[in-house]
Amino acid sequence: MRARVYWPVTIAAALLVGLLAYGVTTTGTDTTLDSATAEGKRVEPPTSASLPVLGGDRTGSLADYKGKVVLVNIWASWCEPCRDELPLIQKTHEMMSARGGTVLGIDVKENSGAALKAVDEFGLTFPNLRDRDGSYVREWGQTGYPENYVIDRDGKVVAVRRFPVTQKWIDETLPPLLDESA
Amino acid sequence: MRALLAALLALAVLAPAAAAAEQPRASLTDIEDEVMCLECGTALNVSNSAVADQEREFIAELIAQGKTKQQVKDALVAEYGPRVLAEPSDEGFELTAWLVPCLAALGALALVALTARRWRRARPNEAPGDDPALDPDDARRLDAELAAFDR
Repeated sequence: MRARVYWPVTIAAALLVGLLAYGVTTTGTDTTLDSATAEGKRVEPPTSASLPVLGGDRTGSLADYKGKVVLVNIWASWCEPCRDELPLIQKTHEMMSARGGTVLGIDVKENSGAALKAVDEFGLTFPNLRDRDGSYVREWGQTGYPENYVIDRDGKVVAVRRFPVTQKWIDETLPPLLDESA
Repeated sequence: MRALLAALLALAVLAPAAAAAEQPRASLTDIEDEVMCLECGTALNVSNSAVADQEREFIAELIAQGKTKQQVKDALVAEYGPRVLAEPSDEGFELTAWLVPCLAALGALALVALTARRWRRARPNEAPGDDPALDPDDARRLDAELAAFDR
């Protein structure tokens, strides 16, 4: 009898451990992008998914901006550091749009009414997409708010900033890319 | 006949409206425990983050507009996606939230059945009323006790 119980119990325990391991590995943060960009590599974006356009009834994606330098800004109006950063992001967009670039905002985990109110409050003129449940930014290995990713004219990821940007970082990172041709 | 048809038609039109009107008003406390705070990963009724506050505000606005509980939940899914509901989805890794309890229940049932079978096998076959006979000494003592009791 003991032998008959041994194997089912062992298999059930192994399955539970496997399930736990799967859960841990799939919910962990992906740092592939950070490692690659830290080594100076230019890599493909981790996802090409389309997202709903904020304030519109169509979808959009990074692919729509191919040929432009893009600063992807992850924000939400409920996030205080994002609110602090938004004026600088808007100023950066104005600088970039004059030189063949753009900011692309990704508004995360908030209803469109609240997001549009913030767009109005901060006078944001850059396009925004909505990541309703945060699954898109998760693909980018997101760890907090705000975050910024820089995409070159070929659609490759050049830099990742896991915390608010500074004017110094913008001045060092974006102009060289804006000077490049596709 | 025409009057009957008209009455039936009126009933068909008015009954759904009356049923809708009878639906209880949605309340924040009733909805909160069925909605997730997307940033904290906990139910809204135990979340105090800024995201949770914004979700609560959104729900309160819909309730103020007179929406039913189901309409509020539908609007939440439209704005935040299906993961905003506390019920796990039936695909991907979240499927395990449905499967594991079912498998555990099946395993427990199998264990009970197996244990019951073992007990039945371990006990000797006994038919009701098939008591072992008393040995002669015990029988004599029992008779004597019963006779003393009758006196």
